[in-house]
Amino acid sequence: MRLRKKVIFKGTALPWLLLLPQLIITGIFFFWPAGQAIYSSFLREDAFGLSREFVGLENFTDVLADPNYLAAGWNTVVFSSAVAITALAAALFLAVQADKAIRGANAYKTLLIWPYAVAPAVAAVLWLFMFHPQIGLFGRFLNGIGIQWDYKVNGNQAMLLVILAAAWKQVSYNFIFFLAGLQSIPRAVLEAAAIDGARPIRRFWTIIFPLLAPTSFFLLVVNIVYAFFDTFGIIHALTQGGPGQSTTTLIYKVYVDGVQNLNFGSSAAQSVILMAIVILLTAVQFRFIEKKVHY
Amino acid sequence: MTSAAEDARLAAATARRQAMGRYVAHAILALGVLVFAFPIWITIVGSTHDVNTIGRGDVPLWFGAEAVTNYLSAWLTGGSAVRTTGGVPAWIMLWNSLNMAVLIAVGKIAISLLSAYAVVFFSFPGRMIAFWLIFITLMLPVEVRIIPTFEVMVNMGLINSMSGLVVPLIASATATLLFRQFFLTIPDEYVEAAKIDGAGPLRFFRDVVLPLSITNIAALFVILFIFGWNQYLWPLLIVSDKDLETVVVGMTKMIGSGDAQNEWNVIMATAVLAMVPPVAVVVLMQRWFVKGLTETEK
Repeated sequence: MRLRKKVIFKGTALPWLLLLPQLIITGIFFFWPAGQAIYSSFLREDAFGLSREFVGLENFTDVLADPNYLAAGWNTVVFSSAVAITALAAALFLAVQADKAIRGANAYKTLLIWPYAVAPAVAAVLWLFMFHPQIGLFGRFLNGIGIQWDYKVNGNQAMLLVILAAAWKQVSYNFIFFLAGLQSIPRAVLEAAAIDGARPIRRFWTIIFPLLAPTSFFLLVVNIVYAFFDTFGIIHALTQGGPGQSTTTLIYKVYVDGVQNLNFGSSAAQSVILMAIVILLTAVQFRFIEKKVHY
Repeated sequence: MTSAAEDARLAAATARRQAMGRYVAHAILALGVLVFAFPIWITIVGSTHDVNTIGRGDVPLWFGAEAVTNYLSAWLTGGSAVRTTGGVPAWIMLWNSLNMAVLIAVGKIAISLLSAYAVVFFSFPGRMIAFWLIFITLMLPVEVRIIPTFEVMVNMGLINSMSGLVVPLIASATATLLFRQFFLTIPDEYVEAAKIDGAGPLRFFRDVVLPLSITNIAALFVILFIFGWNQYLWPLLIVSDKDLETVVVGMTKMIGSGDAQNEWNVIMATAVLAMVPPVAVVVLMQRWFVKGLTETEK
């Protein structure tokens, strides 16, 4: 972090005035609700919504003992790691190819980055058009060759479909960062290794991959955050968390319990747990960025 | 011992191998581009056929003749030719999405510019507290605090309003941090010179800082426009009024439970309409987009 400026304007009222719009919005829509979530996570409403009583950590212990919540947690782990690994691997593979094909690398960039702009819910619908058991090209094909394909009935197939749709959208983001990382590796280093007789595969694992490690780690965190939170639209549009609960992730469960089941205490406790997860992920990311700044 | 002929042979072999590698790379990339474009292709083609072709499951791979009918139906009525789905005309939804995306992007940029300017160029009591108050909001995306934020909106009477859609989303630490980072690179001499010329802080902001920030503003605008256009959970909760439906949410509502009897051709046309604006922004403003993307994540 840079030291503060040597020359600085004076005054107290003006800077606070400039900060005011952001602070007001932050106060009303961030701190107040976050405080409310923490506060109501310790309360329980009776069945008629007439009174609230303080129940200590009971909402948390209930949530963490609820098999449905644990199942949603497990779904989130499966979903996030599958999305992150698929999107990172595909993007790295394509970026390495684009880096090799020096001429035209930028054209490929244009042709590969636009899925980033497609909304998660729209991405879900595009995949629905392909994998719908009755109207989808691949859905019909799979049924035609004797595989019982219906993501509305089979939980594993539903999970596979939301993973594919979520990863499809995220590859472009990873691709941009991997390509930038690859293009910043000095050609001379690679040529020296080639002259020393290192084959392309060996050059990749001994030189390129270690030099890309910081980028990859950063992207891993970003991808996990994406899979945790930004994929709500994909799941809501494609499977509504079903069939059963097989694609209900933690964020989807907060929505179901809070908005549909109106179970505010439990939903608030879940929100607080999610906040803790985000804070943890952000802290990991910042520790890493601090390091990157120093090198 | 290697002769000159031997050297030339080796060089030619290397060149051949490298060229070979490049061809393979181009082939793989072309395949990758096709795989990524295929879902879009199916959707665009589907949006040009009549409802029965798609309902039967005869998935077409080439354009049909119904494009004009389908897009007109989506644009004007939201598709109620076959059955009344209660669809919202696409032009209303697109207009709402455009408003929401532009207001979110402009709002975020405006309040972030001001607060970053205050934090970087002023020395005042509470400066670090203000900075941390903003910084900490990085950790609370709207998704984790939906229910309590929704309650706040109900109490303030902002449900079913454009301000309800936009205002809670325009506070963000990311934009403030980006501008702070950039302001720190403005040489101190500029401030000194401005002071000597007798320019006050607001004049300096308008005449020096703002013009210098144009590229950063453009880059951020692209990212934030897409962020705003693609909002899903928030509009889903806040808006039940059909006049305020946004296109991303409205399009998925048309699908319902994914019944094969849906008016899929019109849904596909609406999906295409929902995709065109953000994709066009990314492709046309690619340079700023990549800049914005890589710099907001620093």
